[in-house]
Amino acid sequence: MTFKTGLYRLASRLILAAGVFASLFPFYWAAIAATNESGKVFAKPPQLVPGNMLVENLVNLNASIGIFRVLFNSLFVALAYTAVSLTVCTMAGYAFAKFRFRGSNVLFSIFLVSMMVPMHATLIPLFKMMASLEWLNTYKALILPNLAYPFAIFLMRQNMLAVPDAILEAGRIDGVGEWRLFTGIVLPSMRPALAAAAIYLFMYQWNNFLWPLVATSTKEMYTLPVALSSLIGLSRIDYGQVMTGVTLATGPIVVFFLILQRQFISGILGGAIKE
Amino acid sequence: MRTKAHVPYLFLTPAIVLFAVFTVYPIVYSFLLSFQTSVGGEMAFAGLANYRRLAGDDIFLKALANTFILLAVQVPVMLTLALVLASLLHSVQRGRGFFRVSFFMPAVTSLVAYSIVFSILLAGDGVINQLLQALGLKGVPWLSHPVWAKVALMLAMTWRWTGYNMIIYLAAMQNIPEHLYEAASLDGAGKIRQFFSVTIPQLKPIILFTAILSTIGTLQLFDEPYTLTKGGPSDATLTIGMYLYQTGFRYFDFGYASTLAYVIVVLIAGLSFIQFRLTGRE
Repeated sequence: MTFKTGLYRLASRLILAAGVFASLFPFYWAAIAATNESGKVFAKPPQLVPGNMLVENLVNLNASIGIFRVLFNSLFVALAYTAVSLTVCTMAGYAFAKFRFRGSNVLFSIFLVSMMVPMHATLIPLFKMMASLEWLNTYKALILPNLAYPFAIFLMRQNMLAVPDAILEAGRIDGVGEWRLFTGIVLPSMRPALAAAAIYLFMYQWNNFLWPLVATSTKEMYTLPVALSSLIGLSRIDYGQVMTGVTLATGPIVVFFLILQRQFISGILGGAIKE
Repeated sequence: MRTKAHVPYLFLTPAIVLFAVFTVYPIVYSFLLSFQTSVGGEMAFAGLANYRRLAGDDIFLKALANTFILLAVQVPVMLTLALVLASLLHSVQRGRGFFRVSFFMPAVTSLVAYSIVFSILLAGDGVINQLLQALGLKGVPWLSHPVWAKVALMLAMTWRWTGYNMIIYLAAMQNIPEHLYEAASLDGAGKIRQFFSVTIPQLKPIILFTAILSTIGTLQLFDEPYTLTKGGPSDATLTIGMYLYQTGFRYFDFGYASTLAYVIVVLIAGLSFIQFRLTGRE
């Protein structure tokens, strides 16, 4: 190893280490702030060791926004949405991948083009629709929009192209029904793609903010991001509470991510890359 | 053996029904709304009035300018940083997994949650200013100065999305044939030269892909400015997405808000098209 490559190595390690520090420090700092009293977030020098206020912060947070109800809302909405959306999108992806039928190309193109249309272009009509059905501030309003998620349909279609036609034909000759073919033969081979799509959909809904902000109006129906944002709108902000809420919104996802790194990365990138 | 012709339609029906009701109908409806204004509580067609109003609306023009400044500065800086980090990491063998996970971690956080954390880190007497002062520099009015507030927003967005893009580049780099680097190395090209003459040209389609994704994301930007800076100070970080929200749900001007939505639609379509054109057909 020459001096020059040694120097290059050292410099690149230092830059990467600085990047890791910058990426991880906010997580550490938020978790520390969740265990300390409000004023400590501006302490000089910065408070970098855990305190013993976590339980009190949690109790206060529950008193101000009903954090357990809010956590339930977020979890319920995200899980219900993911289950329904994954079913709907997987079925559609299967139709596009394994059948030739009239209108197939046109329909698929419509789904693809709609990926470019921002959420904002549906916001006002969805609000008016939910208002006239008197579904605002209900779980229905939170779960129903975007169940037919074009990206998930696209993702499932791409993966299902790999299912050999011969297997499906053999099943049909043996008299296996179309639904049994789908659930018994196609789906079991699609586990990695299903996991990636499920994580993508779950993260989309767990982090969704603009629509829940518009569609909910009382604390009982807030999802986590809406509840957190309502806390920092107050004139006197209790940072201990806020950071406890922030930690609850990110902590479980981070743990989940550390356990399922590979599926998570391919899920969040929407299967854009293969390894 | 032929399958019955109706089978694929049965598989598609749930998706088509949900998509028609909750996506297509709203998109068409808001297009119609964008030509309407409220007259005594009833929506009535007003031709191009809303679109003409855009040109004389100072707040809209400010939001448009803000969005373009964010786009022009933050996206290139972030993508460059992601490219550099990816190529540094590409030559690391031991501990690559640890780096990947660490850099990707910000991408799993809720947008509202990380914006709140940054609003506290960047506060006047927050940790980042304390760090600057410890280094002998002056504290920065991150959230209360029109220019610095934009910088604060860009910093936060860069933190959230650099690792995401880096992972995409890193995966694409695995597919660059090793012999290209060997050939460049034989020709006497150093690491930096190889970066510009091998890595970047090879990654061109992927760079285009990430540039379009980031452009679409920035044009729709809402969560971060809403949480981190509340659009301020004096609208310095107001984005089109935020202005739409205010117009629609603070002033309940649904017609004009729909017009703003279609401004975003047109910008996304136009900019994506230009980016495709600039980088050639692939």
